[in-house]
Amino acid sequence: MASNKRRRASYVAALAAAGALLLSACGGESTAGGGAGEETAAAGAFPTSGSGEVHLYNWTDYTDTDELKRFTAETGIEVILDTYDSNETLLAKLQAGATGYDVIVPSDYMVAQMIELGLLQNIGVSTFPNGANIKDNLMDAYWDPGRNYSAPWMYGTTGIACNTTAEPACANITSWKEYFTAGLPKMDSLKDQVEVVSAALRATGVGKDDLCTTDKAKYLAAQELLSGFKPAVIDSDSGIERVVAGTSNVRHAWNGSTHRMKVEVPGVEYIYPSEGLNLWADNLAVPVGAPNLDNAKIFINWMMDPKAAGKESNFSGYDNGIKGSDEFMDEALKTDPAVVVPADKVALLSSTPNCSEDARALYTEVFTSWLDSQ
Amino acid sequence: MTAVTTPTKKPVTPARPGQSSPKLAYLPIIFLAFAIGVPLLIIVVYSFLETPSQGTGVKWVFTTDNYRALFIQEKLDGTTAFDTRYIKVLWTSFYYSLITTVVTLVFSVPVAMWIATREARKRTLLVALVTLPFWISILIRTYGIRQIIADEGPIGKFLGLFDISWSILYAPPATILGLIYVFLPFMVLPIYASAERFDFRLAEAAYDLGAKRMTVVRRIILPSIRPGIISGVALVFIPALGSFLQSDMLGGGKTNMVANVIANNFGQARNWPFGSALAVLLIILTLLFVLVIQGVAQRRGDKVELV
Repeated sequence: MASNKRRRASYVAALAAAGALLLSACGGESTAGGGAGEETAAAGAFPTSGSGEVHLYNWTDYTDTDELKRFTAETGIEVILDTYDSNETLLAKLQAGATGYDVIVPSDYMVAQMIELGLLQNIGVSTFPNGANIKDNLMDAYWDPGRNYSAPWMYGTTGIACNTTAEPACANITSWKEYFTAGLPKMDSLKDQVEVVSAALRATGVGKDDLCTTDKAKYLAAQELLSGFKPAVIDSDSGIERVVAGTSNVRHAWNGSTHRMKVEVPGVEYIYPSEGLNLWADNLAVPVGAPNLDNAKIFINWMMDPKAAGKESNFSGYDNGIKGSDEFMDEALKTDPAVVVPADKVALLSSTPNCSEDARALYTEVFTSWLDSQ
Repeated sequence: MTAVTTPTKKPVTPARPGQSSPKLAYLPIIFLAFAIGVPLLIIVVYSFLETPSQGTGVKWVFTTDNYRALFIQEKLDGTTAFDTRYIKVLWTSFYYSLITTVVTLVFSVPVAMWIATREARKRTLLVALVTLPFWISILIRTYGIRQIIADEGPIGKFLGLFDISWSILYAPPATILGLIYVFLPFMVLPIYASAERFDFRLAEAAYDLGAKRMTVVRRIILPSIRPGIISGVALVFIPALGSFLQSDMLGGGKTNMVANVIANNFGQARNWPFGSALAVLLIILTLLFVLVIQGVAQRRGDKVELV
C-alpha cells in the first residue's frame, strides 16, 4: 500500500513537470490575446439558472454522455452534442460562418489562433464560481493568459500505440523515424495536419524549438519521408475501435485513446518516440455568436467541478486541468504510464507548435500533398 | 368603369389542348435558377480568386494559379513539375464510376425484366421493394454496410470458419461495393419503366419465327429497353463521379475520389479557391460525359433528353 502511494506521488511530481511545459509557448510568432474579443466586456454577473439548450461541439468520442445527462438533471439545460475530428475542421467550420454552437473544444494553439481571428468570446472564465479550480500550471497558459476565453479540459500527449501481442515487431519502434519507415501491415495514421507534419519534422531531425520553421528545405525532407508512408487508414475517429477489433495494430495515437485500447487489449503499449512528442491541452470556449451564452457559461462552470472533470477523464482516458479531480479518477487511469508521464519521459514533451501563418501554410502543403498522393 | 379595357388583353391560350398555363412553371424555374445557378456562379468566381493568408474564404484578387495548380506542382524545393496527383484522383473517380455502372447494369437488366413480366399487382409491390432503401438515410445504410463487410463482421466471421482471410473494408473494393449498392435502384427503375412498356408478344413472335434465345434478347428486347438503359447509365455514372460518402466511410478516409479532395479543401486544408477550381473541372468533365451519353442516345434515335 505504502509503496503504491509513493509511486503515485512520484507520478504526480512528473505530471506537474509536464504541466509546467504547457506554459512555455514554442516560440510561434503569433501572440495570443489582444484579439477583437478584448472589446467584449468580460463576464458580467454569472448567470444563476438556465433553461433550454446548449450546443456542444466536441471531438469525436470525447464526451461522457452520462455526465451530460447528469448536467441536464441538475440544471434543466438540454445538451446537444455534435462532433468533429480535428482543430482545423473546427476552424474551417467556424470561419465558414457556422453558427449555432455554444461550446467548442479547441486545443492550445487553436485557441491562440481563434482569439487572433476574433472567433472566441471573452467570457472571463477565471471569475466563474469554479474558476479557482483551474490547476495553477494551466492558469497562465500561453494561449490564454489569465484564462479569459477558455477553461481547461483534458490534456495529454500524442505518440504511438502498438499492439505488442498482435504485432511484436512494433515493440521495437522507439522513434518517429522508425514509425514512418516501419512498413508494417495494419498501420493507421491520425488525420491531423499538425500532428502528422510535426512528427515527420521531428523524424527528419528538426528540434522541438524549431517546429515552426519556415525553412522549406526542412519541410521538403519531411515530405520525402512521408511520401513512403502509406498507412492502411488515415482517420482520427476510429482508432480505438480498430485497434480493439484487431484491424489495426500500430497507429499514431493520443495517450488517452491508447489508455482505452489498453483497457480492452492488454498487449497495447504507448510509445514515447525518442525525438520528442507533442503535449497538448484542450479547452472549453464559446464562439462569437453563440445563441445560448448563459447556458454555455453554466455548462463550462459545471465542467470545472472536480467530480465532472474526473468523470470526463475516466471516460476519455486523459488527465484534466481541474484541481481535486483525481479523487474521482479511476485507479487504472492514475497508474497508467500512457496517461501519467513517467519521470524519464518528461523531457521528451513539448507543447504542440503554435506556428505563424507562413509556417502553417507549409504544414498544409506537406499534409495535403501527402493525403492527395495516397 | 375600366372593364372595357380587359378584352384587349390576350387570353392565355395553351399551345395544345390540356396544356396548362406556363405561369405555373415560373416559380420552380426561378427557384432552380437560384438553387443551381447562384452556387455554380460562386464556385466559378471563387476558382479565379486567391486564398487569404489565414485560410478559408477568398481574397478578391484575380488569379489563374488554382487551375495551374491542378496540373503543375510547385515543389518545396522551388522547382516545378507536372503534377499527376489530381489527374490520378479524377481517373480513380472515373474508373470507380465505370465499374459501378457496368455492374449495376448487368444486375439490373434481368431484375427489371423479371419484374416487368410479373402480374400487375405483384409488380407494384416489387417496385416498392426496389425503392425500399430510399426510406432509410444513406448515411445509416453506409454504416450498415461497414458493419457487414468489416473484417470481424458476419462475412469475415463466416469465412474465418474456413480459414479464409477477409479484409476489404477501408480499401477500394469496399468503396466500389458501396457505390454499387447505393446506385443499383437508380439503374433498375428506368430500365423497368422501359421494360414495362415492352410488348412481350413481340418476343414470342420472334421465337415463333425461329429466332434463338440470344437473338431475341439482342435484336428484340435490348433495343426496346435501350432508352431505359441509357437513362440508367446517366443516372448512375454521373452522380457516382461526384460521390463522397462511400470513399470517405468505406475507403479508409483517404481522399481517393475527387469529391473527397474537394471536401478536404473546403474543410481541413481551408483552401476554397483550389477546391472550387477542382469542382469546376469536375463539372466540365461531367458535362462532357452527359453530352457523350446524349450523343449516343441521339444517334440511336432514342428519346432520352439529359440536357
